[in-house]
Amino acid sequence: MVGIVGYGAYIPRYRIKVEEIAKVWGADAPSYKKGLRLEEKSVPYLDQDTITLSVEASKNALKRAGINPKEIGAVYVGSESHPYAVKPSGTIVAEAIGATPEVYCADFEFACKAGTEAMHVCYSLVKSEEIKYGLAIGADTSQGAPGDALEYSASAGAAAFIFGKDNIIAEVEATYSFMTDTPDFWRREHQHYPRHGGRFTGEKAYFRHILGAARGIMEKTGTKAEDFSYVIFHQPNGKFPLKVGKMLGFSQEQIETGLLVPKIGNTYSGSSPLGLTAVLDIAKPGDRILLVSFGSGAGSDAFIFRVTERIREVQDKAPKTWDIINGKKFYLDYGTYAKFRGKILKA
Amino acid sequence: MREVAIIGVGMNKWGELWDKSLREIFIEAALSAIDDAGIDRIDSMYIGSMSSGLFTEQEHIASLLADYLGVAPIPSARVESACASGGLALRQGFIDIASGISDVVLVGGVEKMTDVTTGGATFALGTAADQEYECYHGVTFPGLYALIAKAHMHKYGTTREQLAMVAVKNHKNGSKNPLAQYPFEITIDDVLKSPLVADPLRLLDCSPITDGAAAIILCTVELAKKLKKDPIIKIIGSGHATDTIALHSRDDITWLSATEKAAKKAYEMAKKTPEDIDFAEVHDCFTIAEICVTEALGFFEKGKGGEAVEKGLTALNGKIPINPSGGLKSKGHPVGATGVAQVVEIVKQFREEAGERQIKNARIALTQNMGGTGGSALVHIFEKE
Amino acid sequence: MITPQRYWREIPQRYRLEAGKCKKCGYICFPPRLICPKCKNREFETVRLNDEGKIASFTIIRVPPEQFSDLSPYAIGIIELNDGVKILAQIVDCDFEELEIGKRVKVEFRKIRSEGEAGIICYGYKAVLLE
Repeated sequence: MVGIVGYGAYIPRYRIKVEEIAKVWGADAPSYKKGLRLEEKSVPYLDQDTITLSVEASKNALKRAGINPKEIGAVYVGSESHPYAVKPSGTIVAEAIGATPEVYCADFEFACKAGTEAMHVCYSLVKSEEIKYGLAIGADTSQGAPGDALEYSASAGAAAFIFGKDNIIAEVEATYSFMTDTPDFWRREHQHYPRHGGRFTGEKAYFRHILGAARGIMEKTGTKAEDFSYVIFHQPNGKFPLKVGKMLGFSQEQIETGLLVPKIGNTYSGSSPLGLTAVLDIAKPGDRILLVSFGSGAGSDAFIFRVTERIREVQDKAPKTWDIINGKKFYLDYGTYAKFRGKILKA
Repeated sequence: MREVAIIGVGMNKWGELWDKSLREIFIEAALSAIDDAGIDRIDSMYIGSMSSGLFTEQEHIASLLADYLGVAPIPSARVESACASGGLALRQGFIDIASGISDVVLVGGVEKMTDVTTGGATFALGTAADQEYECYHGVTFPGLYALIAKAHMHKYGTTREQLAMVAVKNHKNGSKNPLAQYPFEITIDDVLKSPLVADPLRLLDCSPITDGAAAIILCTVELAKKLKKDPIIKIIGSGHATDTIALHSRDDITWLSATEKAAKKAYEMAKKTPEDIDFAEVHDCFTIAEICVTEALGFFEKGKGGEAVEKGLTALNGKIPINPSGGLKSKGHPVGATGVAQVVEIVKQFREEAGERQIKNARIALTQNMGGTGGSALVHIFEKE
Repeated sequence: MITPQRYWREIPQRYRLEAGKCKKCGYICFPPRLICPKCKNREFETVRLNDEGKIASFTIIRVPPEQFSDLSPYAIGIIELNDGVKILAQIVDCDFEELEIGKRVKVEFRKIRSEGEAGIICYGYKAVLLE
């Protein structure tokens, strides 16, 4: 049996509200709030980046796993905002948690799907008995261009999962991936902000791949929507996950626990993985969970997890995701937010 | 051990000396001291300078200054102990004569601080703190003393006004010192309304950035008497101690242990107690520093330094006048020169040449000079015979 | 400027709060030392400091060193960790009015400074208030 032995979340404490961004760009806040179900998003402080968020999420995962970090045989950080273009985030994370030097390490990038890919590789390495434990992280401090639709959602957060064979809290029952070459969203080398295909990012990108992966894994395992206690989809906004869930026959109740985007925005590589942490926080033994990520470019990874008895022992060992979201917050004005995000040109 | 006397002092106006280089500033002070002593011979010299390298990109200044003073090839050494460099130079000169190696020694201190940007000066001063475990985190010197102030206020109830009173008193003294960088009076209100630098410390709690030098001539008491110097001013006690340079590594961050221990040694050597001291020049780089120093020197009980200022005990006419020269606060703080300039004030007071700030009938005085947040401390005791 | 080698050398302390615990008297040195300042013993075991503690003193830096100007004003505290060791660190994610001597904090991994836009990024510990 291979699965998750520990998980952890980290979300910066700064927020900006949709209205505050809309005010600056003369945009219509209600269309973002009601239309896309976006209320506010997390903003990293000046001293936070993908690496610092990854380290904090990993420390929480270690608290739940209760293992010696030296036993971690692989550290993979999935992100589209690695602080260095050349020099791995993973070595810094591995060093910070005390997993070096006997560890496999490289950084992953696949738009918003890099985190679940890291999970898949860790799962596979454990399953093949190459490593005892593997640490997979999805983390981002994503940027939307000022005034672009993405600015209302692009946010920061991290989720970390330790995979192993012993003391599992959620067994991986199945995995499935669905990939095509679809240029819906991209960022070229040396560019500060990404570009996207506007409405082309919908049907042919998000929906096609999520539906492909979800249907593929359910077909492979002979499961139906009602076999799952919870489902988590990638959440670029609050509307798409509900819509794709409905298309697959899931109820709002199955989706809601893991739907964080209205309160923290789209944490990109952290998005669906953070949703999974929120679900694990309240899951009961026996619960079956479906996770489907999406990364532009484009592809989706699907996982089916079955929660074990041990879940009860670990849930309280680190901060719970909804408690983090609802905990201490500082609201920013646009000017301060622009400074935090390096959007102001200085001499 | 031979007895050591001070027979000459030299110091010129301190401030932002835009048209003068490090060497000019120093040589002016050194020549004044030599003229004042009326001697034509120097056996060796010691120069206190914290960071001529970072401030002016010039190291190796001991030889440079001996050359420009026209005394080369005599031995000349630069000594460094951050802001206590001048006090350390004094101790080295004292030891040199007391041990019998030299008979006449020039002790000087110099810092040329305005040849760099304010950021550059902040950086250079910061090197007196633990670079890897203090400066790395973005703390500044006002910040470190603010940490001391906050803890002192919390532990002993020292008030924000009491801190201000140190600056007010020292400016009042300094207003009577024509060599001071800022020779004017300020009010408590001025201090409390000046910009915050590191809470609770404000701009007027901090000593300034200064160009300046000071020099003194030491010789054996025997020689001083032969030269018919009057009065004979002797160094009767010298103490030097160290502590962690990282403030956070100390058991009690409000207690200046190195100053306490240096003072103990100086008192023992001089066979004096704190009660014997008529006045003192101490290291008030920040207002809180003077409060802590007066406690560590044993002038007041632990935690009572603030109250002492408020009661006027440290005023010019108080029980023990502290910093009659104006202190670092008003006179200026050209880091390496400070410890030597303190001695200049002692000599001027003993010779009754201190003008409006003259303290009457003083016979025993003390100087205290410290580096960083107190990681090094020098205490000297002087007697007018 | 912090060169990569100077930064790299301190990584165990900056990232993991690694300290040296004296094998004879138990005194904990942070950073590690070669000789115990208390008992002069020279044998230590490597330990990681507790990542929670309380504020022993604090200040708000309003005139920062140049590399820290974007953060200004920021809080710095002396933190007494649960194992008794004191460290100096920034205190972040707080309203300054919340800060008090004695308040509980924990250590988080943060970016401390970076050498310009193209140089190395220097990480380390900062404190945040415990809720």
